[in-house]
Amino acid sequence: MTDLTAALKEELVGHDHEHVTSTGISNEKLAMWVFLGSECLLFGGLISTFILYKTRAADGQTPHQLYDILFTSISSFVLLMSSLTMVLAVSAVQRADLRAMRGWLLTTALLGVVFISGQVYEFTEFLGEGYGFTHSPAWSAFYTLTGFHGVHVTLGIVMLLSTAALSLRGHVGSHNPESVEIVGLYWHFVDVVWVVIFTVVYLIK
Amino acid sequence: MTAIDGPLALGAGDEVKTRPGGVFARPSSSTTGWRSWVTTVDHKKIGIMYGAAALFFFLIGGIEALLIRLQLATPNGKLLSADLYNQVYTMHGTTMIFLVVMPIGAAFMNYLMPLQIGARDVAFPRMNALSFWVFLFGGVVLNSSWLLGGGADGGWFNYAPNNGVIFSPSHGIDFWNMGLLLTGISSLVGAVNLITTVLNMRAPGMTLMKMPVFTWMSLVTQFLLLFAIPVLTAAQFLLMFDRLFGAQFFNVEQGADPLLWEHLFWIFGHPEVYIMILPAFGVISEIIPVFARKPIFGYPFMVFSGIAIGFMGWGVWAHHMFASGVGPISVAAFSVSTMFIAVPTGVKILNWLATMWGGKLTFSAPMMYSIGLVTMFTIGGLSGVTHAVAPADTQQTDTYYIVAHFHYVLFGGALFGFVGGWYFWWPKVFGYALGERTGKINFWILLIGFNLTFGPMHILGLQGMPRRTYTYRDGYGFNLWNFVSTVGAFTIAVSFLIFFWNIYASYRKAKKAAGGKGKKLTMPADPWDARSLEWMIPSPTPVHNFDVTPTVQSLDEFWHRKYGEDEAGRLVRIAATEDVVQKGDATDVHLPSPSYYPIVLAFGLPWITWGLIYNLWFCAFGAVFVLAGIYGWIMEPSTDPSDGHSHEDDHDDDPSGDEASAADDADEPSGDAAPTEEAALVD
Repeated sequence: MTDLTAALKEELVGHDHEHVTSTGISNEKLAMWVFLGSECLLFGGLISTFILYKTRAADGQTPHQLYDILFTSISSFVLLMSSLTMVLAVSAVQRADLRAMRGWLLTTALLGVVFISGQVYEFTEFLGEGYGFTHSPAWSAFYTLTGFHGVHVTLGIVMLLSTAALSLRGHVGSHNPESVEIVGLYWHFVDVVWVVIFTVVYLIK
Repeated sequence: MTAIDGPLALGAGDEVKTRPGGVFARPSSSTTGWRSWVTTVDHKKIGIMYGAAALFFFLIGGIEALLIRLQLATPNGKLLSADLYNQVYTMHGTTMIFLVVMPIGAAFMNYLMPLQIGARDVAFPRMNALSFWVFLFGGVVLNSSWLLGGGADGGWFNYAPNNGVIFSPSHGIDFWNMGLLLTGISSLVGAVNLITTVLNMRAPGMTLMKMPVFTWMSLVTQFLLLFAIPVLTAAQFLLMFDRLFGAQFFNVEQGADPLLWEHLFWIFGHPEVYIMILPAFGVISEIIPVFARKPIFGYPFMVFSGIAIGFMGWGVWAHHMFASGVGPISVAAFSVSTMFIAVPTGVKILNWLATMWGGKLTFSAPMMYSIGLVTMFTIGGLSGVTHAVAPADTQQTDTYYIVAHFHYVLFGGALFGFVGGWYFWWPKVFGYALGERTGKINFWILLIGFNLTFGPMHILGLQGMPRRTYTYRDGYGFNLWNFVSTVGAFTIAVSFLIFFWNIYASYRKAKKAAGGKGKKLTMPADPWDARSLEWMIPSPTPVHNFDVTPTVQSLDEFWHRKYGEDEAGRLVRIAATEDVVQKGDATDVHLPSPSYYPIVLAFGLPWITWGLIYNLWFCAFGAVFVLAGIYGWIMEPSTDPSDGHSHEDDHDDDPSGDEASAADDADEPSGDAAPTEEAALVD
């Protein structure tokens, strides 16, 4: 019994070679940065696809004609604010204030949920007007790009909740503040990508 | 707080404490037999499995190649129908690229790179195992198409709109798509892992510019994979949505642009050719200095030309599309950039030649394959420069001239280097050497067979024989050279039979010399009088790699520990090899424990892909394995504290884990896991 909990702590605290890495950055953090580099190209491919296809619809009905810019601006603002609460969560764990950390993690997750709900609402609206995934290249590209981003946010929410949950059992805490920071890296990345997507998809005519 | 009960219950339920995940007992590091392979997280075993799996797929891809050559041996061939021929050449190309050349590169990188930087393993050993299993299952998915209605039939690049359901109604392209999505996940996980390893786990003193050239080329290759694979993945998702869920990405009637696929594919596809060739460049950059008894000529140029290839490889993709109407400005720009990329490659060839120049050359089998690479790749490089000239290329496009070119660079380049690498590192990996004499016979037959097969294709191509066409008529002047090419293909097959026979015969001979069954095969640590760190440890490599992590002072560290210079600048031995090499007898090294979860997770993925094609219930079945794998993985420490070693376990017994006890535990690892490792690092 105790072996496992003890070992789990060790796992989450860091590996035995953590303090001797050549760059001084832990393996986990470096790996997250490297992975996010790869993600840029995934979104790059999908964003390019959208830019190429945004006006391609046989009946001339492109996504642009249906956007509710005010609505999406508000949900974008909510997502951007979640980066602020994420920073506060990291700051809290670095101060060893785990209660505050959990609070901010849950707030961040909640803001993420609000954003996703907004996306679901938006998709449902468009579908209701008859513009589904299979309507035309423009709509396929719209749903694919924003949908991929939505899946990324959802995974981020799962990570935030798991981190908060693990902290209850002592697996995440002041002894390994970096694990929260790494989740934060992912979260900020997803936010930054949304800034690009919001600009490219919604704002640029 | 109730909101977080769900993940908490999954993450740390009571029953999982005794058995992580509640399903398996943890395999211990003393596991033997097939279980030790299935559960291994050892980079060496994973490297060997990559190599073995790649050789298996090589047999499949080789048989497909022989079928193609038999069909084309004479005019109006009847062996394959047009439809079957389309499937066979598509699967031949896909198999050789994704399931042979890339994984052989991965095999070398997995096995050697940690040794060359003086590490005990990669940064994330279980992720390494995951990479391998996902690759293997990706290969299974791709080839399962043969049993489930036929393979993909659109060429390895599967251009739109030919890849749509209208033009390719069988599920072949779906299998192709799904299989390559899986190998893509494998490559991505591997890239994150190996990049972190090279950057973070170098032995003390090993600065970037003291890393062996092979390690450098591995790093560049992994960065290329990191950035190229997601572009292919994006394109494949579009294709999947089109074929399976009715999206409109490549439906021209609805205003879609098929060139989108071509661009995305080649933005991946051109870096891909460097992903295949750079590891082989790295391999021969290790072999040539050893058998020339000179350090590599112009090491910084070697490194920076590799990096330059890595960067410039992103700016040449449209040279695959000169005939597709991308416009005169694009054609001119990509034409020029393609000519430029020949420069760093030329630098490398010059440096290999200069390394040999004035050296004390030994023409051993590995050296002969390396020279084979330099010469054959140069021929392929020259025909490559002719493609850079756009007007000429529009004549060559889709002819056998192109087929000749890329086989000279990928077979004459990558595969020659890899076979040379096998002859070179075989003693280090398996504890016995491959027969030298047989190796040289193997080389000459391969060289002759290779040139007989692909040399005539230059002529056929310039005469106008089209690729991807299942037959040709009599009277076009194609008969003779096609026949020669088929003879050559079977000569290549013979040379590989000799290679496999050499493995078997050398093994038997070594077993006999070692005293028969049950005896462990061993070799001297340094049979070639070599230069880099992997030769400083016993052959075969002990499970813990290094007894003591070496402190590195120079490039070619091992060589400089053996040799110095006298006042006149002459080479003198300063230490006997036996005094420099490690004994491999350390017993207290802390190693990552084996795990079932990588293969459990990977096993779920092919079911998800089959499910997307046939029935979503398969997806649910696969998802159970994926989730079980992920949660089991998270709950399982990378190193099992109860698993052997001199590991003191003095954690407190309180599993409730409130904040106070978590804070108490804060400094535990440094007082716990670290001492053995720390002691080992003080050299």
